[in-house]
Amino acid sequence: MSAFVTPTRTLISQAQLARPLGRTAYWTVFWVLIALFALAFLFPLYWMVSGGFKTPQQIIQTPPSLLPTSPAPGNFATAWRDMDLGRLILNTTLYAGGALVFQLVFDVAAAYALSKLRPVFGNGVLFAMLATLMIPTTVIVLPAYLTANDLPFTHWSLLNTPWAIWLPSVANAFNVFLLKRFFDSIPTELLAAAAIDGAGPLRTLWSVVLPMSRPILGVVSIFAVVGVWKDFLWPLLVLTDTSTQTVNVGINQLHVGVPENVFVAALAIASVPTIVFFLFFQRNIMAGLTAGAMKG
Amino acid sequence: MATINLTRAVARDLRAADPARRGGLRRKLRRNATAYLFLAGAVLCFAVFSWYPMIREVIMSFQYTNFAGDTKWVGLRNYQRVLHDPDFWSAWRTTGLFTLFALVVGYAVPFALAVVLNEIRHARSYFRLLVYLPVMMPPVAAAFLWKWFYTPDDSGLFNAALHAVGLPSVQWLQSSHTLAVLCLVLFSTWINMGGTVLVYLASLQGIPGELYEAAELDGAGLLRRVWHVTVPQTRLILSMMLLLQIVGTMQVFLEPYIITGSANDTTSVVYLIYQYAFNYDNYGSAAALGVLLLLVLIAFAGGYLWLSRRAEEE
Repeated sequence: MSAFVTPTRTLISQAQLARPLGRTAYWTVFWVLIALFALAFLFPLYWMVSGGFKTPQQIIQTPPSLLPTSPAPGNFATAWRDMDLGRLILNTTLYAGGALVFQLVFDVAAAYALSKLRPVFGNGVLFAMLATLMIPTTVIVLPAYLTANDLPFTHWSLLNTPWAIWLPSVANAFNVFLLKRFFDSIPTELLAAAAIDGAGPLRTLWSVVLPMSRPILGVVSIFAVVGVWKDFLWPLLVLTDTSTQTVNVGINQLHVGVPENVFVAALAIASVPTIVFFLFFQRNIMAGLTAGAMKG
Repeated sequence: MATINLTRAVARDLRAADPARRGGLRRKLRRNATAYLFLAGAVLCFAVFSWYPMIREVIMSFQYTNFAGDTKWVGLRNYQRVLHDPDFWSAWRTTGLFTLFALVVGYAVPFALAVVLNEIRHARSYFRLLVYLPVMMPPVAAAFLWKWFYTPDDSGLFNAALHAVGLPSVQWLQSSHTLAVLCLVLFSTWINMGGTVLVYLASLQGIPGELYEAAELDGAGLLRRVWHVTVPQTRLILSMMLLLQIVGTMQVFLEPYIITGSANDTTSVVYLIYQYAFNYDNYGSAAALGVLLLLVLIAFAGGYLWLSRRAEEE
């Protein structure tokens, strides 16, 4: 009996699965799930790509055909050219890269100061930052937009500049929280030892804290990049000029008057960068996701 | 003995060298100056893009702003006007319905799926990879894709699927308000559930197998084991995701904005804020509605915390 108990025992025991009935049930559920997942998550993507290959007549044909019978790969070239997808993807990559750098520099510095340098009113600052978690960005989107359009004192407008994406992305309380909690777990004695060796705060951060913090820096980096790629409402407001827009905003802006089949081809192209990014970093993304959520 | 003294001395030295504990007024000042130098960038960004807009939102909700930028205090008039706008109630009805459907579909389905997936011992990465694929699509591209799937005539994918199994076609987004909102929830669940499923899977893996073993020895069947072991063991993460999801779905914007537009009265609250501000240039109403939404969200979170604390005391 207990011979079947393995450390990975879950809802259903190995013993139950080993019985003929259990085995049949298991494999039935398994194959049903395989098919269901393919239908729910792969088929829509297939439909998108094959739709991009269809001719204008074929895409509105009833009933729709499973395969593009006379493939029109030219749709993709037309979509790329007419909707200026290269620029949209380049813009978004630039915004994501910049947001990553700014968040890493400013949020890491802030979390380090709050965790290890502990200035007076440090807890007050941390509280004020964490309080913004309660206030969703969608709620304050109008005053934030007006502020970005006319910065206090300087009266600069950030609209249609990368700064409008980069700087607000730094105001991310979740990042500060994740980083600070990680830094809190680094023993103070280690930093003290560095201080005895004559390292200043910056040197300590760079040579002691950061090398130990790689996992959490990875999580923050991925959230930063994915966040920019997924954001819609804020870039919709602050990037009004077509030449500065992100993929999300540009697709929304440029779809008017584009033939259906070309537009579907454009959707397929627009989905490629993030999906490739995901396939490359899937292990880190999934680990980071669960780590961030479990501890947050 | 000597070694103990030595370690004590070292510990004392280390404590003294701890930058956060070093005495002396000048040193303290320097330490604080350095710390605030490190904090400056983030604090400035928070101040300009988070704290100040928050205060400004409340102020603007009591003001009238015209095109020339002149402002005038109007007391509660913005709130009165918003409350008397028929669109206001329609937007809350849509948002409430969306949140409700999202609870039924978007909350229950990922958990049930995670519980089943956790029993599967083969092709695990296939399931994880696929369920997370939609999360990685640009949401606007995915939303347009689904809008195309929902094509009301028979060339649409979903209608073709209905035909394939012998069912009549459906008008989807152009039919009733309820069905249109359900369509939005289906899309929203599809694109968002990858993250939730993976989080649930991670927490399911933390359940000690002995608990299931003990329950089984006590004669608990499959469903009772789910109810008496799986659910209580994941209660913390389940309740956290519940709060996150309610707060998240109450702010729905992209789905109605892209997929239904303002057709069929599916304008959500955040979409109405957007319309007030950027279609009608009515900043006061937009700010007032924003404050109202914030109060509702805070009431939700507060009530939730109160309930969970009471449940813990019992």
